[in-house]
Amino acid sequence: MAKKNDWVQVHINVLKPEERATNIPEDTRHVPLEMWVKGHLQNETAEIGDTVTIITKTGRKVEGTMCAVNPSFKHNFGDYVPELDQIEETVKTILFGGRNDA
Amino acid sequence: MRDNSYSAVMARKNEIMKRAVGMDYDKFESGSIAFDYEAMMAATGYTLEAVRKIQTEEFQIGNTPIYELKNLTALARACAPEGMGARIFVKDEASNLSGSFKVRRAATSIYQARKMGYKGVISATSGNYGAAVAACAAKAGLKCIVVQECFDSKGVGQPEIIEKARKCEALGAEVVQLTVGPELFYMFLRMLEETDYFNASLYTPFGIAGVETLGYEIAQQCRLTLGRDPDMVVCTNAGGGNLTGTARGLLKAGCKAEVVAASVNLSGLHMASDHQFNLKSFTTGHTGFGMPFSTWPDRSDVPRSAARPLRYMDRYVTVNQGEVFYTTEMLAALEGMEKGPAGNTSLAAAFALSQTMPKDKIIVVQETEYTGAGKHVNAQLSFARSNGIDIHFGNPEDEIPGKSIILPAHPSMIKARPADMTHLRTSLIHNAIKMTGKTPTDADIDFLAAETKTNREFVKEHLA
Repeated sequence: MAKKNDWVQVHINVLKPEERATNIPEDTRHVPLEMWVKGHLQNETAEIGDTVTIITKTGRKVEGTMCAVNPSFKHNFGDYVPELDQIEETVKTILFGGRNDA
Repeated sequence: MRDNSYSAVMARKNEIMKRAVGMDYDKFESGSIAFDYEAMMAATGYTLEAVRKIQTEEFQIGNTPIYELKNLTALARACAPEGMGARIFVKDEASNLSGSFKVRRAATSIYQARKMGYKGVISATSGNYGAAVAACAAKAGLKCIVVQECFDSKGVGQPEIIEKARKCEALGAEVVQLTVGPELFYMFLRMLEETDYFNASLYTPFGIAGVETLGYEIAQQCRLTLGRDPDMVVCTNAGGGNLTGTARGLLKAGCKAEVVAASVNLSGLHMASDHQFNLKSFTTGHTGFGMPFSTWPDRSDVPRSAARPLRYMDRYVTVNQGEVFYTTEMLAALEGMEKGPAGNTSLAAAFALSQTMPKDKIIVVQETEYTGAGKHVNAQLSFARSNGIDIHFGNPEDEIPGKSIILPAHPSMIKARPADMTHLRTSLIHNAIKMTGKTPTDADIDFLAAETKTNREFVKEHLA
């Protein structure tokens, strides 16, 4: 549950598939245009999935479906990619000789 | 109550734009195909010296170092015929405020917005420009909204774009994120109308004037440290502003270096496709922007784009995704420089081009960009693999965008593939006629010759 002034994220379906531009690829035309915005919750309390009002960082009032409370970033450097080590070895070998040559 | 339907907002486009850019573009129009490009560029009222002053004194940006990549040059020479392998230098634009050259573009716009009394700025960008605008707005005490195309319809975001959202927020901006589609422009217009903020477009004369200092610095720095001008400057090309501004700056310094555009080849992928959105590993610097914006610049978010790359481009080459990732790893392994992959597009091209030029020639790669979680060679290859992209060593020629990323089996397999300049120039001429619906006048012929860096004969020959 979130309470007033908590930092939350809302989701809004901005355009229904039938309202979208006509000059877009078929797959895109079949899905809505969706939007996510973050801000301070204006409702006294709210649960995920409730329609709420937020005030964004620039002071805009936006209404949408609350989808996250205290939203954070989870992106990272990904899984190990063995090819990168191989590239390093290849180019160093060409320039400086093999690893055991030192 | 305003009608905010798609058609109603798009119908108000011109009126919204006029308020939001504070410039009347109509006065540069001839009524036919031509418009007065140089008058539009001069309408900023800022000389290159004045722009430099704004950038260095108000925002403390620019004057980034140029480094010689001696090991990368040595490797290029090891791959090249005897006597070949031009010296490769890179201008480390990542050391700028916000981590890329884009801050040069933002600084003049934000300075102007504040001067004109706007309370805030909005920018429609999924790239480094968002962080650049956010950083300058923070310094100028203006509010800032960045509108991004970020997710596919399953809610999966491009890691590179998510990182840019994080950076924009860290620098104080409000970030509005959307799913795939050109209707981002519609939301952008709605927000401009709602807030009365300045449109910090990438494509205004202010933005492009900001990049001129980059080209100017390259000439000055090369003269100071090498005693001469570079022979070639390679620019990563997407919307065309990077190349346009850099080339104009080189010319203002009296430098006649060959200007080469480089883009990542994403042919076959549709930029507005929901499904294909996360199958690409580059969200900028690619042909999906580079080709259409070169051949019809006025598809941007202002009435007339100040980024007109075919006016300045001598050559246009493409490189493949696997080659740019490989180059990014080489840069770390051999030069100790960890940078964002997209900014290394021009470096991959330069590595190949060096091998076609004598050893005493000088190539300057005019940018690097910052790297971080999501926006990193490891993160982007890992993301591609998780989306079913086949990543393996082989011949880069066999790469199919959206299906495979082929890392060169040997660095000598990195190639800069020339695009057909006559085709690009002819496309621009045809687009100009098609989009305006006008029959070219005598003045239009001169304009189209300037637009394509050709002459009247070329334009006349290719009008049909």
